[in-house]
Amino acid sequence: MSLLLNEIGNGIFLGAFFGLVALGYSMVYGILRLINFAHGDFYMVAAFVSYTVLGAVLVGHSHGQWWTVIWVGLLVMVVTGGLAMLANQLVYRPMRRAAIFSLMIAAIGLSQVLENGVLVTPQWGATYLVYPVTTPPSGFSLGSNHYTWGQLIIVLISGCLALGVYFLVGRTMLGKAMRAVSEDRIAAVLMGINVDLVIAIVFFIGGALAGAAAVMTGVYYGQINYLMGFTVGLEAFTAAVLGGIGNIGGAVLGGLILGIVQSIGTGIFGAEWAIVVAFGALVLMLWFRPTGLLGERVARRM
Amino acid sequence: MPTKDSVRPRRGGIDPLKATRGGLVVALAVAVALIPQMTQNQYYLGVAFQSEMLVCLALGLNIVVGYAGMLDLGFAAFFAIGAYTTGILSTKEHWSIVASIAPGVVIAVVCALIIGFPTLRLRSDYLAVVTLGFGEIIQTIAINLNQTGGPTGIYAIPALTLGSIVVDSNTGYFYVFFVLVVVFALFSTRLRHSRLGRAWLCIREDEDAAKAMGINTNHYKLYAYTFGAVLGSITGSLYAPALTAISPASFGFSESLLIVMAVSIGGLGSIWGVMFGALVVEIFPEVFRSFAQARLLVFGVLLVILMVVRPRGLFPERAFHGIGTRVRARLGRPAIALSRGSVAEVLVTVPAEKP
Repeated sequence: MSLLLNEIGNGIFLGAFFGLVALGYSMVYGILRLINFAHGDFYMVAAFVSYTVLGAVLVGHSHGQWWTVIWVGLLVMVVTGGLAMLANQLVYRPMRRAAIFSLMIAAIGLSQVLENGVLVTPQWGATYLVYPVTTPPSGFSLGSNHYTWGQLIIVLISGCLALGVYFLVGRTMLGKAMRAVSEDRIAAVLMGINVDLVIAIVFFIGGALAGAAAVMTGVYYGQINYLMGFTVGLEAFTAAVLGGIGNIGGAVLGGLILGIVQSIGTGIFGAEWAIVVAFGALVLMLWFRPTGLLGERVARRM
Repeated sequence: MPTKDSVRPRRGGIDPLKATRGGLVVALAVAVALIPQMTQNQYYLGVAFQSEMLVCLALGLNIVVGYAGMLDLGFAAFFAIGAYTTGILSTKEHWSIVASIAPGVVIAVVCALIIGFPTLRLRSDYLAVVTLGFGEIIQTIAINLNQTGGPTGIYAIPALTLGSIVVDSNTGYFYVFFVLVVVFALFSTRLRHSRLGRAWLCIREDEDAAKAMGINTNHYKLYAYTFGAVLGSITGSLYAPALTAISPASFGFSESLLIVMAVSIGGLGSIWGVMFGALVVEIFPEVFRSFAQARLLVFGVLLVILMVVRPRGLFPERAFHGIGTRVRARLGRPAIALSRGSVAEVLVTVPAEKP
C-alpha cells in the first residue's frame, strides 16, 4: 500500500512535467490542428540554454541559489517562447494554406534541425551533461515515504503555471480570441481578430511552458541530453490526448494520469518498458474514448 | 468496369506517347541492371543494394502516405517484424529464408490490424502519433526480449537460397532487390489504377467528400495500412540475410523518418518521385559522410525549406489526370484542389460502393 502511494506520489511529480509540456502541445493543436513534433525539442533546447546560462552565472556555487535559478528560469522561458514563435513565423506561418500533412513533415524537419543543431554545437554535443544546480535531498515524510522540498516546489510551480494559463484562456480577452481562432479561423478574422498575432502568442506561451519544464527537469534529474525532447514530446502528446486534446484542464489531468500510470507500470514491469506503458495507455484510450477524458464530442468539420 | 481512369480515347493501334514512355522505362531498368557489370567496388555495390532496399520500403510506405494520405511514422516497425521473423526462424529453427517471408507477413498484418483498427476511425493526425509509438514499442521489445537477442540483435543469418542458387554477394543482393523494386513498382502502379487505388486517392484528396460518395473510408484506410505493412515486412525478410546481422538500432524512429522523407521529398503518390526521393535520402548522407553529424542538420533544413516551398514534394502525382483536364476545361479552374473543393472531380472519378 505504501509502495503504491509512493508510486502515485512519483507519478504526480512526473505528471507535473508532462502536464506543462502537454499544455503547449494541446494549445498549438487546438488552434492549428497541428501536432507540433518540434515541441519536445523546444523543451530540449531550453534545457541546454539554461545549462549554459546557469553554468556562467553560478561559477563556484553548487546549490542553494534558488533566486538565481528562478530568474534564469524566467529568462529561459522568454527565450524558449521566442524560439517557438520564431519557428512559427519562419516555418508554419508561410504554410498556412498547405495541407496539415506537409505541416507535420515540416515539424519533423524542424525537430531534426533543433536536435542536430544542439548536437553539433560546441560545448553541448551528444554526451549527457551534468546540470549545474541540483535539488538538496532534505525534505519531509508522508507516511513512510520521503519527498524532497524540491519535488514539492516543482509541483507547486507547475500548478501555478497551469492555473495561470487556465485563467488566461478562460477569463481574458486574449483567451477569448484564442478560443475564437481555434473554433473558426475565418470567422475570427471577420470579427477583427488578428489571427496571426494570436497564433504567435499561443506558440510563445507553449514554448515558455516547455522552457519552465526544462529548467525544472534539469534541476531535478541533474542531467540533460540532446535526445531528451523526443521521448518527453511523445509522452506529453499522449498526455494531451488522454485528457482531451485542445482542452487546458485536460492536458494537466492527462499529464497527471499518465505520470501515475507510467510510474505504477514501470514499478511492475521495469523502467525499460516506460514508453510501452505510455503508448499502451494511449491506444487503449483511443479505442474506448477517442475524445479523451475531458474532450467534448465535436462533429468533424465538413 | 474499366480499370483505367484515363479518358484518353483509344482508337486502336499503339499510343505513341505510351510506347515512348514504356521504352524509356525499359531502357532505364536495363541500365540500372547493368550497374554491377560496370563496377566491382564492394562499397558502391553495398550502397546500391541498400538504396534499392530503401526504394522498396518507400514504395510500401507510399501506399499508406502517398495514396491514402495517412502519415505513418512507425513504418520501420513492419520492416523490423519481417527482419526479426526471418532472423529468428532461420537461425533458431533453420527455416529457409524464402519460407520465413510468409510468417513475417502474417505477423505484420495482425499488428497492422491491431494498431490500425482503433486509430484509423479517428482524425488522421492521431495515426501519426500512434504509429510513432508503435515503432518505439517494437524497438523496445526487440531490445528487451531474449528471443530477439537483446541490444546486440541476431547475427550469422544464413544466405538466401533460391533452388540451387546461393545468394551471398553484394552483386547477388543487388539483383534480388532489383527484382523486388520492379515487382513492388508494378504492383503499386496496378494498385493505383484499381478500384482500391481510386478510392484511396479520393480519401486523400477529400475524406469527407469520399465518405459522402459512399466509400467506406475506414475499411479502405485499413487496407492501405495493411498493404504497406506487407511490403515493409517482405523487404525486412530479405534485409536480414542481405546484411547477415540485424540489431534494434536499425529499426528506430530515424529509419522510419528516413522512409517518410523519401516519400515526401520525391512527391506524394508518384512512383518515380518516391524512387528519386529514396535515392536522395540514401545517397546524400553517403556523399557527405565526411561532414558527420552536420549532414543531418543540413538535411533537416532542406526538408523544412522544401515543405515550405513545395508542400507536396518535388514531383507529386497529379491528383486525377485525364479527368482533371476535362473538368478544368469545363469549370475554368485548376483541377487539383489541395484539400477540399474538388467534389466535382470526385463525382466524375469514383464509382460508389455497390450496395
